[in-house]
Amino acid sequence: MLNVDSVSRSFGDRTVLKDVSFPVGSGKLTGFVGANGAGKTTTMRIILGVLAADSGEVTLDGKPLTREIRQRFGYMPEERGLYPKMTVQDQVVYLGRLHGLSNAAAAERTTKLLDRLGLGERAGEKLEKLSLGNQQRAQVAAALVHDPEVLVLDEPFSGLDPIAVETTAEVLRDRAAAGVPVLFSSHQLDLVERLCDDLVIIADGSIRAAGDRDALRSRHAQPRYHLVVDTDAGWLRDQPGVTLLDLDGRRAVFDLDAGFDDQKVLHAALERGPVRAFGPVVPSLTEIFREVVR
Amino acid sequence: MSTYAAAKVVAAREIRVKLRDKTFLFSTAFFLLFSIAVTVLPAVFSGGPSSVAVADQATAARLQQADLEVRVVADDAAAEKLVRDGDVDAAVLAGPEVIALQDQPGSVVEALSTAPPVRILKPDAIDPFLAYIVPFALAFVFFFTSFLFGLQIAQSVTEEKQTRIVEILVASVPTRALLAGKVAALGLLAFVQVALIAVVTLIGARLAGLDRGVLHVLQPAIGWFVAFFLIGFVMLAALWAGVGALAARPEDLNGVSQPVQMAVMLPFFAVIFLGENDLAMRILSYVPFSAPIAMPTRIFNGDAAGWEPFLALAVMAVTAVVLLGVGARVYEGSLLRTNGKTSWATAWRSRTSG
Repeated sequence: MLNVDSVSRSFGDRTVLKDVSFPVGSGKLTGFVGANGAGKTTTMRIILGVLAADSGEVTLDGKPLTREIRQRFGYMPEERGLYPKMTVQDQVVYLGRLHGLSNAAAAERTTKLLDRLGLGERAGEKLEKLSLGNQQRAQVAAALVHDPEVLVLDEPFSGLDPIAVETTAEVLRDRAAAGVPVLFSSHQLDLVERLCDDLVIIADGSIRAAGDRDALRSRHAQPRYHLVVDTDAGWLRDQPGVTLLDLDGRRAVFDLDAGFDDQKVLHAALERGPVRAFGPVVPSLTEIFREVVR
Repeated sequence: MSTYAAAKVVAAREIRVKLRDKTFLFSTAFFLLFSIAVTVLPAVFSGGPSSVAVADQATAARLQQADLEVRVVADDAAAEKLVRDGDVDAAVLAGPEVIALQDQPGSVVEALSTAPPVRILKPDAIDPFLAYIVPFALAFVFFFTSFLFGLQIAQSVTEEKQTRIVEILVASVPTRALLAGKVAALGLLAFVQVALIAVVTLIGARLAGLDRGVLHVLQPAIGWFVAFFLIGFVMLAALWAGVGALAARPEDLNGVSQPVQMAVMLPFFAVIFLGENDLAMRILSYVPFSAPIAMPTRIFNGDAAGWEPFLALAVMAVTAVVLLGVGARVYEGSLLRTNGKTSWATAWRSRTSG
């Protein structure tokens, strides 16, 4: 497990990170969410050792990070970049070698990875000849070539077409399934919601929420329900404890006051005819984010 | 992976990239042609019929039949004066005896039926053309090679900054490995280029028929030059990398690299313009920046004592250690500042990586 422990950092008199702590569990995809300037990139740079923390530390399985440990990390920085005039194959091999792979191992891993990412046929081309989407895939390959033991990706999905998003997501899930802690940031909250096991929400340099995605959602869940019936659902107005939020003919969304049983409402609906759908409304990540950051 | 192993991987990439780079291939070809020209041209210029001065009419007629350019003079003293002034290649004196300034006057000797003794007046004298061109060539080769390869170190650093790959690199290997790899790669290529020029020059000199006396002074001068070049290049290499890191875009590079450019350019002009001034050359041959040009020139002219190049090299080596430290600090302090140009002071104080 990768653990960020009480990390603070300021640039001049501007405090960017205040006592930031959160875990990135082994084998889990952890989404790192926050507005621009909230401190995501600074946190990631500190994890990678590209920036030093003013105080606090980052540990992997309890051990403070050293250069040797970090060399087995995979990193995709926010500001992308590879050598424009080098071929995709050459530079991915080069980065693999910088992470300590032998030439043969780096070449073998590169070929496999580029095939997997759908770049196999373009491997011999110079990076600058590739479309932006394909350059992004090359960047993903550069972060993964050495089978990293920890993955830190700053906005890995930005600029990817939907197919590349799926391929990349699949590769990340694979790495997580292999027991690697994976931390990635994204502004695409629906994507984070779909992919992540855990969530970390940061605002103004401090962590506002961190933990299991579903636990987080239920913690922020209101006693809110949605109902779909075959006839008009207007009778809900007169149901005790119900506050109607939205009524659209046969569909309704309502809150239930404390002490009232949701099953009673369901029975009342069934007495009036068939029920097509009934259940609690779970807040979306966007809603939780808005609430937490406020 | 150790810093050393990482630096080797970095250096290998730099060399591969450069060997495919047209600028590098062209500059190598250009310098080789230049050095061949410098050694072969004197032989071409001194070609044509040999001129000979003679006082005796009968000998003059015989020499004329051999297609030599003959000048008939009043007496042997006048003939010898013409030789000493360099107006004629040789003279035939009474005896008969053949005299020449420095080169064996083969064609004159052949034209005479007897084989007269030959007296060389100044066996150690250096061809005035060579005396002029050698220091200039040394200065020129050092200036351009050091400048070109130094600038390429800076460009390679700026490229990594501009393309933002630098953050991945810094996250993977120590900054010092990146710096060492670049300096080693470009230093090696520059050294190979200069060594190649040196070898071609010496071979060219032999083929062009320069006589042993000249080779005898040219060889140590060129040998020392190669050694001075290597230390001189490494001395400035980290500074080139440092200014490369100060610039955020290639357009900034010319401005921020000004001080380092001066450190290469000023010694070049100093040696060219002060070459005749013994005291100035003595001083310049110990100033670390101009020593790579000035000291080999003094060795070539026979002005330097045997221990002098060693002392000058030691001074340079010490300076190199200091400047490598300065360059490394500036490099590390500015490498990750990708928003615009970084000032020397900011880079010096900066604390970016942990």
